Amino acid sequence: MSNETNRRDFLGYTFAAVAAVGGAASLVGMKQVWDPLPSVLASGFTNVELNGLKAGEPITVMWRGKPIFVLKKTADMEKSDRDLIIGEDRYTVAIGLCTHLGCIPAWKKTQWKCACHGGEFDASGKQTFGPPPRPLDLPPFAVQGSQLVLGEEGPEYKKIAAAMATA
Amino acid sequence: MAKFEKANSVGEWLDQRLNTTALTKVLMTEYWIPKDINFLWAMGVLLAVTFKILVISGLFLMMYYKPDVALAFDSVNYTIMQEVAYGWLFRHMHGVAASVVFLIIYIHMFTGIYYGSYKQGREMIWISGMLLFMTFSAAGFSGYMLPWGQMSYWAAMVITNLFGGVPVIGDALVVWIRGDFNVADATLTRFFMLHVFLLPIVIMGIIGLHFYTLRIPHVNNQEGADIDYDAEAEKYLAGNKKEAKVIPFWPIFISKDFAILGIFLIFYFYLVFFHYNFAMDPVNFDPADAMVTPAHIYPEWYFLWSYEVLRGFFFDVGPVKAFDIGLMAFGFANVIFLVLPWLDRDPAILPAHKRPGFRVWFWILMVDLIVLTVYGKLPPTGINAWVGFASASVFILLFVALPFITKADAKKRGA
Repeated sequence: MSNETNRRDFLGYTFAAVAAVGGAASLVGMKQVWDPLPSVLASGFTNVELNGLKAGEPITVMWRGKPIFVLKKTADMEKSDRDLIIGEDRYTVAIGLCTHLGCIPAWKKTQWKCACHGGEFDASGKQTFGPPPRPLDLPPFAVQGSQLVLGEEGPEYKKIAAAMATA
Repeated sequence: MAKFEKANSVGEWLDQRLNTTALTKVLMTEYWIPKDINFLWAMGVLLAVTFKILVISGLFLMMYYKPDVALAFDSVNYTIMQEVAYGWLFRHMHGVAASVVFLIIYIHMFTGIYYGSYKQGREMIWISGMLLFMTFSAAGFSGYMLPWGQMSYWAAMVITNLFGGVPVIGDALVVWIRGDFNVADATLTRFFMLHVFLLPIVIMGIIGLHFYTLRIPHVNNQEGADIDYDAEAEKYLAGNKKEAKVIPFWPIFISKDFAILGIFLIFYFYLVFFHYNFAMDPVNFDPADAMVTPAHIYPEWYFLWSYEVLRGFFFDVGPVKAFDIGLMAFGFANVIFLVLPWLDRDPAILPAHKRPGFRVWFWILMVDLIVLTVYGKLPPTGINAWVGFASASVFILLFVALPFITKADAKKRGA
């Protein structure tokens, strides 16, 4: 009798072990099904021509399905550690999604204002009012001549990212 | 094997094999309902019918809907609305029912709160009901996204971004949920799966559980009276129907539900045919555009109160960011109702009008939820931001105060 019970217990434990391995393996598979596809991850680089930008009038370009703000600062706009300096010109480069919940803020003369929850960002991308917890995010970029290549981490990007991390 | 004899009717044949007579007794003719309940107890049947309408109209929509970012908008706004015969009817039935189902859920829920139907012994009824509310919310949100209009897109953007608030893994979690860096095709197709299969199946399962939770503690009544169901049922079955405090669910009690259902369906189809627009946001008739945010984003009316709690806290407190405070408040608002049975420290089951402190609490909560709902739709600037802050704070303080208020009520009664 006790022999039989032990044998059944052993079968039960064996099955539990097999099921646990299979269950864990399928969870890994299920997690990966929801991961971004390789074609999404490989979505390429975006080039932005900086010549011809008007100071004080930001442009919006699309990169990885996200809006990117590029603003050439006017002389009376406050300087910032995150400015991208090319020659005489200072630029603000930022992912154009409110760091609160991801709406696109609109440019109103001197600042970006988000309609969703009233968040405001100054010309340097710093949050000045409302719920946004941090400045507008910095997209990875490299500078090639007068072109900005979004998606590549150049030395200028690394410098600004480091300055933002310590701020 | 059991002994089978020649059956004289289809019913008898089935009874021998499936025990249908006993089953009908347990589920219907000897499922006892107290006499002392009003029309507010009909909301359960109304919800069951509305859910059925949602499932059936959804099946018809699914035959023409295309879950693809390039095709979704036109498949809804052109194919279903213009080409499919009565496609407009199924869409409006689905859209209006999705909205009305929340109205009835809220009435159902606050009836339970008013009469104390979540207390001692009925906790599982309450919990399974709140789980249903949560899965209905997820189903409502995932369905709202499918027409791929501007409001759909930005609602998905905001809601998926909420997961960015999770510590450490937040940003990666958002990408994982979306399947892309942005709300995109992968997001649409997985939400389609959730909306048409996984969530409805889960809802059906929890509905089964919710019905089952009623069997042992039985349904509450207007006075919160403790009824001896066995004794009362015996009286009824012995023919003493007048003195028995209970009646069978079928066919006696259900007739009242049917009467109220009739009135509800007239109201519902009035909305479907004449006021379907209230469930359709004009912004959603613009196709989704990742490069333009609508001037003002707000959810459907039934999420406005928790949306306003989320954005009510717009300033930092010391080292804590406004974003995190809002997120914590939002989390609080969405789970606090779940633990209501333990926040209420009054041991007696009584309607709110017999508990002076709780009565005041209940109506302040009602007013606060209405204020939150109204201000949730207004732009959060100037004075609106402060009204939002005040009403969101009141909401949280109400639940903090509840254990003390209910305890004081019990003491006053001498319990």
